Amino acid sequence: MYIYDQYDQKLVDERVEQYRDQTQRYLDGKISEEEFLPLRLQNGLYVQRLAPMLRVAVPYGLMSSTQVRKMAEISRKFDKGYVHFTTRQNIQLNWPLLKDVPDILAELASVQMHAIQTSGNCIRNTTTDQFAGVAADEIEDPRPWCEIIRQWSTIHPEFAFLPRKFKIAVCGSEEDRAAFLLHDIGIQLVKNDAGETGFHVFVGGGLGRTPVIASSIKPFLPKQHLLTYLDAVLRVYNRYGNRNNKYKARIKILVKAWTPDVFAERVEAEWAQILARDVDGVAQLTSGEVERVKTFFPLPDYQSVDEAAMDAALQAQASDNVAFSRWLERNVRNQKQPGYAAVTLSLKPAGVAPGDVTDRQLESIAGLADQFSNGELRTTHNQNIVIADVIKSQLFDFWQMAKADGLATPTIGTINDMICCPGGDYCSLANAKSIPVAEAIQRKFEDLDYVYDLGDLELNISGCMNACGHHHIGHIGILGVDKKGEEWYQIQLGGSANKNAALAKVLGPSLSRNDVVEGIEKLLDVYVENRLEGEAFLATYQRIGADKFKERVYAKDA
Amino acid sequence: MQKMLSHGAVAENNWTVLQMPVETIPQGNILLPLKYWLEHSAELDQQAGLVGVWLESDEEIEALADDVAQLPVIALNFPKFVDGRGFSSARLLRDRYDYQGEIRAIGNVIQDQLFMLQRCGFSQFCLADEVDLEAAAKSLNDFSDGYQTGADQAQPLFKRLR
Repeated sequence: MYIYDQYDQKLVDERVEQYRDQTQRYLDGKISEEEFLPLRLQNGLYVQRLAPMLRVAVPYGLMSSTQVRKMAEISRKFDKGYVHFTTRQNIQLNWPLLKDVPDILAELASVQMHAIQTSGNCIRNTTTDQFAGVAADEIEDPRPWCEIIRQWSTIHPEFAFLPRKFKIAVCGSEEDRAAFLLHDIGIQLVKNDAGETGFHVFVGGGLGRTPVIASSIKPFLPKQHLLTYLDAVLRVYNRYGNRNNKYKARIKILVKAWTPDVFAERVEAEWAQILARDVDGVAQLTSGEVERVKTFFPLPDYQSVDEAAMDAALQAQASDNVAFSRWLERNVRNQKQPGYAAVTLSLKPAGVAPGDVTDRQLESIAGLADQFSNGELRTTHNQNIVIADVIKSQLFDFWQMAKADGLATPTIGTINDMICCPGGDYCSLANAKSIPVAEAIQRKFEDLDYVYDLGDLELNISGCMNACGHHHIGHIGILGVDKKGEEWYQIQLGGSANKNAALAKVLGPSLSRNDVVEGIEKLLDVYVENRLEGEAFLATYQRIGADKFKERVYAKDA
Repeated sequence: MQKMLSHGAVAENNWTVLQMPVETIPQGNILLPLKYWLEHSAELDQQAGLVGVWLESDEEIEALADDVAQLPVIALNFPKFVDGRGFSSARLLRDRYDYQGEIRAIGNVIQDQLFMLQRCGFSQFCLADEVDLEAAAKSLNDFSDGYQTGADQAQPLFKRLR
């Protein structure tokens, strides 16, 4: 993974000292509440319902075991001994004290981590595919490009006070595992006819109150122009985005108002001016810098192995052990490198808030990454953790250790692997609780044979329309709403975050907390009754439409 | 006399910022609203003091494209410090129009923005009256460098140092 040089380290250290001074001035009453707000947000600190919350950046989801151990230590020293993995691949501490945050940031800086721009109206952490570097369908490893974007966006002097938050995702593969069309800028790595790498740039995607799928504005951007073009997009947005109404301030609203074509023209015009000014091309990316960054993402030394023999041995182990076979089926994925697998550790056991892990589990995860991989792991937007480059002959040992630590729940990609925001238990924005709904669903669907029979199914829960739980792109989405002080839940169907991204549609009137689980059961019954052989929930829904689901859920009891 | 930060040091601010509608023009150095400047710049020959222009955050800097050479000061107003449009306006003034005069941040500007404002081309800062300018000035150096190009730096860090 990327290792800081002296310049990277110095910036992060200076940021810690800047924030230490800001916190002190705030505590001394020299900075008002209003002025301190964006300063602390841009250092990751929210003030939540019960306590402050600190969001730590995990750039494009990549962490070292050293960093994971540091998070465990921080959670013990400054928090309650657990952390939360978010849908944007970051990590949240739920109970730090405001006065301790500078010390926490200093601890993070000691392992090349930070919380810079994890909140606030600025450019946030860039996200990507958790299988980067090992996915069979990859065009190119997106992580070096994410790192280049990370550096460009960090303390960008022009774009720290945007109309609203700004999220960038990079997709390097055929299948989209980064939901990149649901970001303010979605960047897809592509090759032109000459085999050169470039970028297909999309803008204006996003969830939240007004979910929109991003529009293409630049089919092929040559790679050396990545940063100048991003400057142009951000400048147009910074100047013309809506600043009067925060609900209309995201770039998607501007793109919609102008139309994508006009927005693209405005960006082209701005970009042309930037290029005209830069006659010697000094602002352009150099192949030297790109190669320098790429050297930090080497492929491990893969052994040449007899994959067929390994697979046969795995089959033998699996046939003796149904629990192991379930885990292999759901949580293990082949890599493009023969004989190696990428394992997903589930952070969704029933009874635990999705994405929450204890300090001990963090240390176990770090141990697994050291023992079975190269000491690196990846966080996922589904709130799980991936350890790649595990040699298949060690999968059984891996599984036994992961299972002992409660990290081997074999439900990846099923209804029980739901995305869920912290909801009304923690978040001051939420209209309704989401974690208890997730738990009730997991409890209801404890029969793993039934869960597997339901197959691939994404169920996403948000506690309010800000959509942190990505309900718009769940095959089944659940949205918490407030009705006269009571918590109700709207059901949406048909969302998808893949390359044929689709936004879910509301099924009908919202359900009370008591009726949600039963409603989900009815939806699943309709699916099971109507599916064709091998057809997943989303495909059945797309084929038969919403009516049958609607009739069943809202049928008056006879 | 009002004070401001100018090129990193505390300096006298002997400029008057005029609001629309402009009725009488005072003696001394003045900053005119953009609208007034665009309509009346030709009539200002007898003005004894220096004349600059100030822009509201929603006014486009392009309006001054032909005038920058004759303006010793262009001020950009921040109605709220979180309104970041002035950052882009300053960069355009420096990068696109080669503006060599002073770019002054006025309105609701805070100490913690100084480093970034300076990188975007601002040279003068009018902070709130109660701010200790000497103490605030150190925030101009909150960071020793930046990754990106800026009005102060045509080359990104990787090109200069790596």
